[in-house]
Amino acid sequence: MRAFATLINALDSTNKTNLKLEAIDRFLLEADNDDKLWFLALFTGKRPKRNINTTLMKQWAIEVTGIPEWLFQESYAAVGDLGETIALILPQAHHYVDRTLTAWMNRIIALKDSTEAEKKEFVLQAWNNLPTTERFIFNKLLGGSFRLGVSSKTLINALARHYQMDASTVTHSVMGDWKMGEVTFENLIKGHYTDTQLSKPYPFCLAYPLEKDLNELGDVKDWQIEYKWDGIRGQFIKRDNEVFIWSRGEELVTDQFPEIRDILRQWQGNFVIDGEILVVKEQEVMNFSALQKRLNRKTISKKLLEEFPVQVYAYDLMEWEGDDWRQKSMLERRQQLEALFFLNPSPHLHLSKVITIDHWEALKSIRENARSINSEGIMLKHKVSLYHTGRKKGDWWKWKIDPLTIDAVLIYAQKGSGRRSAYYTDYTFAVRHGEHLVTIAKAYSGLTDKEIKEVSRFVNKNALEKFGPVRTVKPELVFEIAFEGIAFSNRHKSGVALRFPRIARWRTDKTVADIDDIEEIKKMIH
Amino acid sequence: MLQFRQEGIYCIPGNFFIDPWQPVDFAVVTHGHADHARWGMKNYLCHHFTVPILKSRIGIDISVQGLSYHESIHINGVKVSLHPAGHIIGSAQIRMEYKGKVCVVSGDYKTQNDGLSAPFESIKCHEFVSESTFGLPIYHWLSVEQQNQHMQNWVLQNQTNGKTSVFIGYSLGKAQRIMKALVGIAPLHVHYSIAKLNQAYESVGVKLPPYNIINLQEDIKQVDTHIVIVPPALADSKVIHKIPHMANAICSGWMQVRGSRRWRSADAGFAISDHADWQGLLDVIKATEAEKVYITHGQTAVFTKYLNEIGILAEEVRTVFGNEEEELEKT
Repeated sequence: MRAFATLINALDSTNKTNLKLEAIDRFLLEADNDDKLWFLALFTGKRPKRNINTTLMKQWAIEVTGIPEWLFQESYAAVGDLGETIALILPQAHHYVDRTLTAWMNRIIALKDSTEAEKKEFVLQAWNNLPTTERFIFNKLLGGSFRLGVSSKTLINALARHYQMDASTVTHSVMGDWKMGEVTFENLIKGHYTDTQLSKPYPFCLAYPLEKDLNELGDVKDWQIEYKWDGIRGQFIKRDNEVFIWSRGEELVTDQFPEIRDILRQWQGNFVIDGEILVVKEQEVMNFSALQKRLNRKTISKKLLEEFPVQVYAYDLMEWEGDDWRQKSMLERRQQLEALFFLNPSPHLHLSKVITIDHWEALKSIRENARSINSEGIMLKHKVSLYHTGRKKGDWWKWKIDPLTIDAVLIYAQKGSGRRSAYYTDYTFAVRHGEHLVTIAKAYSGLTDKEIKEVSRFVNKNALEKFGPVRTVKPELVFEIAFEGIAFSNRHKSGVALRFPRIARWRTDKTVADIDDIEEIKKMIH
Repeated sequence: MLQFRQEGIYCIPGNFFIDPWQPVDFAVVTHGHADHARWGMKNYLCHHFTVPILKSRIGIDISVQGLSYHESIHINGVKVSLHPAGHIIGSAQIRMEYKGKVCVVSGDYKTQNDGLSAPFESIKCHEFVSESTFGLPIYHWLSVEQQNQHMQNWVLQNQTNGKTSVFIGYSLGKAQRIMKALVGIAPLHVHYSIAKLNQAYESVGVKLPPYNIINLQEDIKQVDTHIVIVPPALADSKVIHKIPHMANAICSGWMQVRGSRRWRSADAGFAISDHADWQGLLDVIKATEAEKVYITHGQTAVFTKYLNEIGILAEEVRTVFGNEEEELEKT
C-alpha cells in the first residue's frame, strides 16, 4: 500500500493541480494493475459496502489507547475526521506489513462473513502494523467514504494525460456500471467495455452564470431561451427496449421514478434525453422540498406517487437511434427532440418550453416573474451550440433570479472538517422571534479565509461553552444569508426551511437589533 | 508562593514576575520568543544565551542579567535558578525555592533533544506551571532522526524534479533545526531575518551548518534547486514567488493534522515542533511529582480535566502566551 499512501499524501498536501497530476502519473507508473483499478474504483464512488461500523472502530481505539471517551471526542473535534483521529491517537506501530492495496481490499471485503471478534482481530492487527498515514488510509478503506484531495475531474484529466487520450472519452469510459474483477484497468480506460453497456450516460453539458449584458449576446433570434428549473437534472436513456434514468450525480435512479420509467418503456425509438425531474401538480411545478420527499426511498408507495407526482421537462437530445448527436447543433437537436415528443405524446413528459421574444428587454420581466412559477431563472442556449462535455464558456448561459436574503445573527460555531478543521467554519444563524432568537439556518460557505480567521478569533474570545465541538457564542455578529427558496417545515424549530442557504456577506455595519423577524420571513413563502 | 496576576505570573516572596506581559520592575524571562520576552521591564533576568536575543529584539540598552543553567541567585530571600527547557537556545525553566517549598515555571518546553538547545531536565517540585500547546493525544512527534529523514527525502525528491525546497519555519529555533537537519544535502540559503538570529546562536558558540544570506528583494536565481528557509511572515507574501521552481513546506506541530496541512495549503507539511507532544507533557508533569500543576496556554481546559482524572491535581490558568493565531506561525 506504500505507493498508494505516497499518492494520497501527495494529493492531500498540495493544492497545485500540476503537482497532483504528477503524483497520479507516478502512481500509474509504479502501481500494479489491480491497485490502479481499485484507485479508480475508490475515487469514482465504487467502494464496497462498509463491513465494520464506526462505533466499533471508535470503541476499539479507546480500548487500545486507554483514554477516556470524552478525550477521544475532544480529539475528534480537533481533527475533524474519525479515521484520522484513530490513526493519530494509537501508539506507534512496531512492525510493518507490506500488502498491496488490492490485498487489503480483498481482506476487507472478506470481512463480510466474519464474526465481530474476527473483525476486531483483523483491525487491531492492521493498526499495529501500519505507520500513521497508511493506518489512516486503512481506516478510510474500511469506511468506504473516500474523498481525498482530488476531484473526479482532476483524476480524469490525469488519466487522459497519462494515456494521451481525450478527457471526455475517458469520462465516458469510466462512468457507468463496471465491476471489479470483470475489467482490466487499461481496457477500461481505453473504452473497451463502453459499447456493451446499454446504460452508459453521457457527461452533462453545463452552463456558466451570465456575466455580460444581454445585448452583448447579439441577436435574440440566435438563442434558444428556456426556463431554468430547480429539480433533478436527469438523463433518460432508452436503448434496445431498456430504460435507464441517471441523475447528474451519476447515480442510476430508474426505479425511484417508476411513472417515468414505465412510460418510457412504451415509447418508440432509441434515445438519450437530457431533462429535469420535477414534482408537478395541476400543471404547476412544486418547489424542491416537494421533490425531496420522493428521494432516497427504498420503496415508493402509492400514496407517495399520488401526493408527489413527478414529470419530466425535456431539454435536449444527446443520442438518437444509436448515433451520438452531441456534435450537432442545438437547433437540429431540438427539432429531433420535438419530433420524438410528437411521436410519443404522454402527460408525464413535456418539452421544456421555448420562450420567444423579439428583443432582449422583454426577458427581464420574464426573469423577474420566474420565482412565481417556481423556476429559478432563465437558460440561454446558442442555436448553433454543440452539446459540450461539462462547461464551455459562451454557448450556454444561466441567468438565475437574484437569491432571497435575510439578516441573521451567529449563535453557534463549529470547527470544520478536513481542510477546515483548524478554524470555526460551520455556523448556525438565528433570527428574531418576538423577544427571543430562533435558529433559521446553517451555513458553511461564503466567507473568505481571512474572514473565517476573524470569526474564529471572535468565537475563541466569546465562547460560552468549552467542551465538545460546538461553541455557543454571544449573538453579536450579523450576516446576510442568501437562499434560493423558502418553504414551511415542521422539522425546523423556526417553522421554515431555507434552500441552499449561504453567507452572502458579513454585515459589520449591522447589530443584533437589525436582524429579521421570523414572522416577516414567513411572508416570503407563497 | 505563586500568584497569577494581571501583569503576569508573580512570585510573592521574591516580588518579581516571570514572563510578564505588562511592564514591571523585575522580570525573569524563560526564553526569547516574543510572547514571553516583552518590552518595557525595568530589569530582566534570563539565561546567558537569551541575553543577546533580548538585546537584539527589545533593545541594546535594556538592563539584563544573564545566568548559567543551575547557577542560583537569591532575590528577596527566594533562591532562583534556571534549568534547561529544551525549547530553543537559552530556554529555561525557572526554579524558585523559598522556606523549603519549590515552584517551577517551565515556560515553553520540549523533551526531544534537537541538538541545539540544552536538553530538557526534569525537576522535582511542589508546584509546577506547564504549557499545554499540544495537549491532545493526537499529537506525538516522530524521532528527530525520522523527522530529519523525511525532510531530507523531500528535498532530494524536489531536486530530482528540478524544484527548489522552501521551508517555512519560525526564525528563532525552528529555522536552525531545519538547517541542522539538512546539512550537506544541498546548499542552504536563509532569509536575512533568520541570519540575524543565527548570529545569536553563533555568538554563544553553537555551530551551525554553512549558509548563504538572501534578500528576496534582490535577484535570487542562484537558489534554484537548493534549500531556502524563510520565516512564516513571508509564507503568503508576493516576494516569495520570486524563488524559482518553488515547492514549499511548513514545519509546525500543527502539521500533524491533515486539516491544518490542507488549510495552509503548502506542498508539504512536517510535524516538527519545539513544544512537547502529549506524551512529553505527561512524562514531564509526572516526573515533577508536583502536588499542584497549573496549566497555561494551549489545550488548557481539556488537559487540566484529564490530569485531574488521572489523579494529578491541576488547575487552568489564564495567560496571554501565544494565542492560536501566533502559535500557528511560531510552533
